[in-house]
Amino acid sequence: MDVLLLLADGMLVSLQPLNLMMIIIGVTLGLFIGAMPGLGSVNGVAILLPVTFLVPPSSAIIFLAAIYYGAMYGGAVSSITLGIPGASTAVATTFDGRPLAKQGRASLALVTAALASFVGGTVANILFTLFAPLLASVALSFGPPEVFALMLLAFATFVGLGGDDIPKTIFSICFGLVLGAVGFDQISGAPRLVLFDYNGFLQGIGFLVLAIGVYGIGEMLWTIDQTRGDVTATTPKMTMKGVAADAKEATKRGWKGTAIGSLLGFFVGILPAAGATPGSLMSYGVAKIVSRNPEEFGKGAVDGVAAPEAANNSASTGSMLPMLTLGIPGSPTTAILLGGMVIWGLVPGPRLFVDEEQFVWGLIGSFYISNVAAVLINLAFIPVFIWMLRMPFTILAPMIFVLSIAGGYAATRDMFDIWLMVVFGIGAFFMRKFDYPLAPAVLAIVLGPIAEPTLRQSLLLSSGDPSIFFTRPVAGPITVVALILIFLPALKFLRRSPAKSKNPAS
Amino acid sequence: MKMSKRTLFGFVGATMLATAPIQAFAQDWEPRKPIDFVIMAGAGGGADQIARFIQAVAEQQDLTTRPLVPNNKGGGSGAEALIHVNTANDPDHTILVTLNSFFTTPLRQENLGIDIQTFTPVAMMGVDPFVLWVHKDSGITTFDDYVAKVQEMDGEFVMGGTGAGQEDSIVIAYMSGAYDLDIKYIPYDGGGAVAKDLAGQQIMATVNNPAEAKGFYEAGDFVPLLAFSDERMPAYPDVPTIKEMGHDFSYYNQRAVVGAPGMSDEAAAYYQDLFTTIYQSDEWQGYLTSESLSPLWMDASEQRDYWALQVENHQNLLAALGE
Repeated sequence: MDVLLLLADGMLVSLQPLNLMMIIIGVTLGLFIGAMPGLGSVNGVAILLPVTFLVPPSSAIIFLAAIYYGAMYGGAVSSITLGIPGASTAVATTFDGRPLAKQGRASLALVTAALASFVGGTVANILFTLFAPLLASVALSFGPPEVFALMLLAFATFVGLGGDDIPKTIFSICFGLVLGAVGFDQISGAPRLVLFDYNGFLQGIGFLVLAIGVYGIGEMLWTIDQTRGDVTATTPKMTMKGVAADAKEATKRGWKGTAIGSLLGFFVGILPAAGATPGSLMSYGVAKIVSRNPEEFGKGAVDGVAAPEAANNSASTGSMLPMLTLGIPGSPTTAILLGGMVIWGLVPGPRLFVDEEQFVWGLIGSFYISNVAAVLINLAFIPVFIWMLRMPFTILAPMIFVLSIAGGYAATRDMFDIWLMVVFGIGAFFMRKFDYPLAPAVLAIVLGPIAEPTLRQSLLLSSGDPSIFFTRPVAGPITVVALILIFLPALKFLRRSPAKSKNPAS
Repeated sequence: MKMSKRTLFGFVGATMLATAPIQAFAQDWEPRKPIDFVIMAGAGGGADQIARFIQAVAEQQDLTTRPLVPNNKGGGSGAEALIHVNTANDPDHTILVTLNSFFTTPLRQENLGIDIQTFTPVAMMGVDPFVLWVHKDSGITTFDDYVAKVQEMDGEFVMGGTGAGQEDSIVIAYMSGAYDLDIKYIPYDGGGAVAKDLAGQQIMATVNNPAEAKGFYEAGDFVPLLAFSDERMPAYPDVPTIKEMGHDFSYYNQRAVVGAPGMSDEAAAYYQDLFTTIYQSDEWQGYLTSESLSPLWMDASEQRDYWALQVENHQNLLAALGE
């Protein structure tokens, strides 16, 4: 009961005029920062942290939470309208959001993203409120073998993603894994795959660099190639009635993806090793598996927008949990929030929920309010985002190019990454030409660097015995489900075309 | 006009230097763009916590005209950060928060081509001691219990750490040698992840800095067994040191800030001033106490001597440990 009282208190505090103003400004700024490719909530929170010292700590944290929420909504905007992921967490949103926009249904995609984000954020807040201490112990029970099993499950959900062509999907995953292995090896500390001795490869291949290259530049090249530049941009109309109709359709066609994303995203988000990007990619994969029309995915499925968007909001809220209860930031953004908290004299860790009850529940209360503000402000801005799409492609294409370059630079401030991004864009274009699915490669580069060290840590724990993945109570069932998911489509494929003797499962 | 102002400031500065070194004298140089504040470790560990804290103090007190932007580059035991700073194309806006891998990584990976004496000394913010921790449910309450348990498990006792040649592994290797312990060592990407997996009992013991383990200690989850400091720590008065056990060994992690090679003297002076101010702030002094760091203030030339000494010490340590 006390908790609910404190929570209500937190909400009331958020509704005070100064704080409400901070929420509105924060969400609006966050929305536009999130919509800029390359700039995500990390940059938003980092840039605006100094501003927070002008107001009392409670308002400051509310402001940061509002930016955080705004940016999570904003990430979907450029994914849908331009096809460039606004943030790494919104990569999966491009898979179906962009095709919807091309069909002239950008408003449907944007409305779906907004509503799914809202539901995801709300579900996460409720789970957080009710089960925070319990969930913290769940996060702790995930050691290296459990995290690896979860990553295996994520790969398994994606084996089906490349359509029917399983060998090409496996190739794509392997390609992504190799790219993910570039840079310093965590276990031995030795540099690996430093191609052509470029120092730039030492720090590994940034995920955002790959994503912007593949989806921003690659997509632009693809569109030019397909249409010879002769694209009549779709001119969707926006009316209030249209929004209402879109909302109805989004609810009807996207509820399943939203539900999956909200729950799965939260769960993945609370694991310090994972975060919102794997959460949204996994939710997309699961939404496709359980969908009755999996062939729609990648061509404009509403569930395909709803699942990752619900998941990234849910996971972002979830990633607050390890930060608050364990003092370990679950995402780069929470790492910055952590810095802010320390200076306000708050020590994140197991004692925070006891010693600083008021702060914790006040923060959660402000999440609820920020989330409501974010969905309203986002819906209000949809016509503005749609307007961008009315520009002719001859103007839009250079704009996408410039935004991609600027976004790629903003993320790491390293020219090397720009060149790498261009190379990835061209590479992605050819992979698409030869019908190789790109999403599995993108997934692999996100999950590979999590899967590999946990695999090796697990095997070190068991002195090289792989049964560790089956005998532990949490890891066991996850591993079994993952293996079934991997082998089912493989078997189906082998039965259907016995002539090909490739063994896709290694 | 400008000339006379500068001379005047120079004069005043000389007097002030003797009395109150915090007060910055004429600042000719100021950052013109955000400062790349590189951290030699991943998010959540001791170095990261300190960097975030320093950044927050600088922001709160409005000490810099441009923000410090934390940039975690923990790969390859800090090699990623060293290379990034070594090849920084704007050395005046690139500074690095270091730990002892500043000394060990260039020693262990000579092919990186890093000469730390080319880096620019900025400030020594303190040194961080190490403590041996176990989980309260392990039933181990004293160091003797621990030694007995490790020996009984005969190679199956699992400890986590931040990787071969890293600070904690040097401590563990020394301890193993001194007490004839056979430990299974699992590397993680940061001290925060190590502490979390001890809390979840994925591993059985760690050598963490107090700052990384403090939250779990205060919640009653962690039990400190042995300190690797010269003397008992005020925050842990009941925890014996390894020196008391008759082994002449102590080990600290340096918490220092250094500038990129090739940083201009003006910029170096600016950062030295800035970090002197931060060092003397109530916030930082409070942090040193609450997180059990020891102060070890040094000026720029003392730091260079300290680097040379540490490189030599680590060379001997690593050689003795067969690294």
